[in-house]
Amino acid sequence: MEMIRKRVVIIGGGPGGLAAACELHRKGIRDILVLEREHQLGGILRQCIHDGFGLTRFGQTLSGPEYADRFIDEVKKLGIECITDTTVIDITPDRVITSASASGLLQISADAIVLTMGCRERTRGALSIPGNRPAGVYTAGVAQAYINLKNIMVGRKAVILGSGDIGMIMARRLTLEGVKVVAVFEIMPYPSGLPRNVEQCLNDYGIPLYLSHTVTSINGKSRLESVTVSEVDASLKPIPGTEKEYECDTLILSVGLIPENELSLKAGIELDPRTRGPVVDEDYQTTTPGIFAAGNVLHVHDLVDFVSLEAENLARAVVAYLDGSLPSCGITIETDSSIGYTVPQHISGEKDITLSLRVRRPMKPCTLELWQDSKLLATKTLRKAIPAEMEQITLPVGQLVNTNSVKVVARNA
Amino acid sequence: MLREFTCICCPNGCTMEAVVEDGVLTKIAGNLCKRGRTYVEQELIAPTRTISTSVRVDDGELPLVSVRLTAPIPRERIFDAMAEIRKQRLTAPVVTGQVIIKDVLGMQSDVIATKTVRKAEP
Repeated sequence: MEMIRKRVVIIGGGPGGLAAACELHRKGIRDILVLEREHQLGGILRQCIHDGFGLTRFGQTLSGPEYADRFIDEVKKLGIECITDTTVIDITPDRVITSASASGLLQISADAIVLTMGCRERTRGALSIPGNRPAGVYTAGVAQAYINLKNIMVGRKAVILGSGDIGMIMARRLTLEGVKVVAVFEIMPYPSGLPRNVEQCLNDYGIPLYLSHTVTSINGKSRLESVTVSEVDASLKPIPGTEKEYECDTLILSVGLIPENELSLKAGIELDPRTRGPVVDEDYQTTTPGIFAAGNVLHVHDLVDFVSLEAENLARAVVAYLDGSLPSCGITIETDSSIGYTVPQHISGEKDITLSLRVRRPMKPCTLELWQDSKLLATKTLRKAIPAEMEQITLPVGQLVNTNSVKVVARNA
Repeated sequence: MLREFTCICCPNGCTMEAVVEDGVLTKIAGNLCKRGRTYVEQELIAPTRTISTSVRVDDGELPLVSVRLTAPIPRERIFDAMAEIRKQRLTAPVVTGQVIIKDVLGMQSDVIATKTVRKAEP
């Protein structure tokens, strides 16, 4: 098998990988290779034709394809090598990548590897919904690809399970294309997507959103004919006697995203069960030296702008790694039950660090607090916090008293 | 009268409490920036929205090109705009930013391509 050497190999040519590639180039790294399994660069943005991207990164609102084009154009202008139609099938802990394409297998030995593989959708199997197995059950992203890339309509009358952003955006998209969207059902007592999408994707089109409801049976023979929906109690268990049947030929699932880390596991990288992405330090380095991760493969983001910004920070750390100047990160970031997760999970204590995190449940006015032993290191007041929105808080290095762990807490004000 | 609005201008999605007297906004709270006030004022007169959809492309590497409006249109005209956009049929190549419909239905908003669709390789 052919074996080549590269300074940095980036796995995944979506918004994370392309932003990392451009920033690496700007910082003087030239020997870069981007590997992409699809025929075109841009990742999932290519099918996200709605607007609302780019306000943070570019100061204007763009559609997904336009946002991706900003980076694709830059990568082309800089002459960064990108190989498409190529799937990475293995990464070893000593950074040898094996990829497969129509022209055969290729092995690449890399000084540093950047993981930007993004995430995939949770499916019906992950929810264990009882019932038959008819056609007409799609994840929201698959329905989006059919409609926005392939010009294939998925059905005529749809029910949406889960109020994730993609599900709500698909509710609007289907309505614009003449599909009757019966309702959106959400098992949690609050919407799982952004408030503005409840407003502009559901309320604008009169699509009802039922909270604390879930699909408890899928009915139909060859094609979906109806779903049975039940109310759930506080422990999310269906309440007997509340079943109601909704006629539909299509069920769209928008029930969560999972970072895609099969390759990370092969490289011996430790995953965080909370994010389902790699455990990383403040330089986005995973537990396997020389392998870095950012974007949705690290933790699922709600806004692509933060994927790009994270990948650009990662690129600067990769440059420092190649120079041999990354600090060791011995301080662990812990959380209490109010916080879903933080990224990074380990820091050096040598510089200010911005932690990305999510609260576990919706909170009204609250404060985020960083504690070390009995010392309060930093606070941030929020008008509200919801699991759908990533929050950030900066830890000022001067406040640290020792190398003990730092605890993140969210408290009602 | 006290009314609640959710701003759609940016991902913050501010929840705003507005005091409305005879259809006029007299007091607003909860908005992080001035766009919130402008949004509520517009909502009270005539809500406007933008839409994104796609247009059929012949001989392209994709069967569709994604399009969007360059400026918001009255919310109640969304389906009129959709019907107008659906009539379009293009031939590849189509480039990002290309105007597909100038001033759609006289609403001072253009329909533009948001993706480049090259000619299919034979």
